[in-house]
Amino acid sequence: MKILICLSNVPDTTTKAKFVNDNTAFDTTGVQWIINPWDELALTRAIELKSDAANSIENITVITVGEKDVEPTMRKALAIGADDAVRIDAEPTDAYFVAAQIAEYLKSNPFDLIFNGIESADYNGSAVGGMLAEFLNIPSVSAVSAVNIENSQVKIKRDIDGGTEEVTSELPVVAIAQKGIAKEPMIAAMRGIMMARKKPLNVVAPVEVEALTGIVNFELPQPKPPCKMIEPDNVKELVNLLQNEAKVI
Amino acid sequence: MSVLVFTENWDGKFKKISFELVSYASKIAEMLNVQTVALSIGDVQEDELKKLGNYAADKIISVNNDKLKNLDNQAYASVIAQVAEKEGAKVVIIAHNNTGKALAPRLSVKLKAGLGAGVSKLPSSVEPFTIFKKVYSGKAYSNLVIKSDIKILTLSQNSFEFEENVKSPSIESFEPALSDDLFKTTVSNVQKQTGKILLTDAEIVVSGGRGMRSGDNWSPIEELAELLGAATACSRPVSDEGWRPHEEHTGQTGKIIAPNLYIAAGISGAIQHLAGISSSKCIVAINTDKDAPIFEAADYGIIGDTAKVLPDFIQAVKELK
Ligand SMILES: Cc1cc2nc3c(=O)[nH]c(=O)nc-3n(C[C@H](O)[C@H](O)[C@H](O)COP(=O)(O)OP(=O)(O)OC[C@H]3O[C@@H](n4cnc5c(N)ncnc54)[C@H](O)[C@@H]3O)c2cc1C
Ligand SMILES: Nc1ncnc2c1ncn2[C@@H]1O[C@H](COP(=O)(O)O)[C@@H](O)[C@H]1O
Repeated sequence: MKILICLSNVPDTTTKAKFVNDNTAFDTTGVQWIINPWDELALTRAIELKSDAANSIENITVITVGEKDVEPTMRKALAIGADDAVRIDAEPTDAYFVAAQIAEYLKSNPFDLIFNGIESADYNGSAVGGMLAEFLNIPSVSAVSAVNIENSQVKIKRDIDGGTEEVTSELPVVAIAQKGIAKEPMIAAMRGIMMARKKPLNVVAPVEVEALTGIVNFELPQPKPPCKMIEPDNVKELVNLLQNEAKVI
Repeated sequence: MSVLVFTENWDGKFKKISFELVSYASKIAEMLNVQTVALSIGDVQEDELKKLGNYAADKIISVNNDKLKNLDNQAYASVIAQVAEKEGAKVVIIAHNNTGKALAPRLSVKLKAGLGAGVSKLPSSVEPFTIFKKVYSGKAYSNLVIKSDIKILTLSQNSFEFEENVKSPSIESFEPALSDDLFKTTVSNVQKQTGKILLTDAEIVVSGGRGMRSGDNWSPIEELAELLGAATACSRPVSDEGWRPHEEHTGQTGKIIAPNLYIAAGISGAIQHLAGISSSKCIVAINTDKDAPIFEAADYGIIGDTAKVLPDFIQAVKELK
């Protein structure tokens, strides 16, 4: 079995959002880039699955649509334990564009189990995984909180709105990962970092695809009015305000 | 031409989110001067279907087929696409919940329709079609143009002030083409949460952080939630420690919610936590540290010990009733 992880390169989760060029572009000054947290968890789970020989997983590949500056993040994934990496050399303009690029690559380079994250920390589209599956006309399972392999069958646990279900899918399948899929993200060991330098990172050319959406500009949230402080021995007053001023209870 | 809205049901019943969606769709239909068509998949009785008319649906299409008992993303997306084509849908509206996030992207490719995910307002213009959405986990917003002929929007739950506008819609049943190759997944072992108020549905949420000190100290949170008809939630370290179940964890890597009232007890207000709750209409913070960042996000704050403030809170709510 071959596993692919779609890897999104995003600003560290503590980054403050700032914009430049008349609020049309994200200000990348001083930003630390990381693997999107869900993609990191999916990678962790893939490595766990591979470490059990009974699952007979031959290969874990990570793929990113992005320009050269995403390579350090991809190397991190190799250091954690991916076997190789593919970068599709294009600016990821929207989810449709990204999914179309990855789908095109997969047509001649098939995988069995394809992981996506539920949402990227920058664009928040929750979109690439489902789109990719539709481009390839293969099943997708979303909100995935566990993946196991039993007798070469992929067993998936997913959240529905108000419960959970177990899903068995034909392969290939796109599993869209959320919390729970792995406990803690795996950290690269020194040996991994050394080895990562020698692992293949292949760059492929993009195909022609037109994005369906375009960003006009960004806005920062309106500053909140200052918090109204209430004395700790006067909780009654808080309840009164919640009832009569905020009108929420 | 129409605006098509996909309404989910839970054991044959709609929820507030369903009405919110229809109402939202009807407002866009008004902007475009077209009809609002609501699609329901599943076994829903006519009386229940009619309720969608109270929120200005002009027409209701009901698909009830045994093959669609469980959510299969591929099959469901195909059904919605078939109805969208039949009804000449210019815009398709879906909830930004687990089901919606699973279906909308597939539909986007099927209809070659640009996706605006997680909107909370009406489009600012329909020509060009411009939406406003959260980006960078709520740290910013973007105005986004959807350029394709057909558009898909997923609406964040509890974000749109919906209103009644009673119409008497026609109800039509529809038999979609469902070839076997649409069904590549099988579902088993369905576990439904019963009785409890779902975190994502709740209008009030009482949440605890590491400042609660131990999972054994949760009874005031539960009691306050019970009194307010609220759901309970927690910060990530609390669920990591196993003090509370994982479903309760809110934040960037947990659930993203927008209740009317979020009460944060002993939560510092880390940026990743705020990403999940900052869209709440009103935030109350209880924290011993006056400099805790949660007070920057909160509307009302008490600098104090949860062990004392929560029992007082419970008492004050009891006196109210
Ligand atoms: C990639 C990434 C993703 C993350 N995602 C999430 C996420 O989704 N959700 C999330 O919550 N976190 C997330 N985190 C973790 C986040 O950074 C914080 O560590 C976490 O939110 C802190 O939880 P806390 O507020 O409960 O605990 P702490 O930060 O330890 O805060 C406890 C607070 O309680 C107060 N306190 C102590 N005793 C009392 C008392 N007796 N009475 C009243 N107040 C008291 C303290 O003053 C303090 O402010 C993420 C981190 C990373 C790196
Ligand atoms: N540029 C990209 N390259 C590869 N995968 C991506 C890219 N952007 C998003 N993804 C994948 O799609 C998931 C959801 O992203 P999004 O649809 O942008 O919210 C991410 O968790 C990644 O798995």
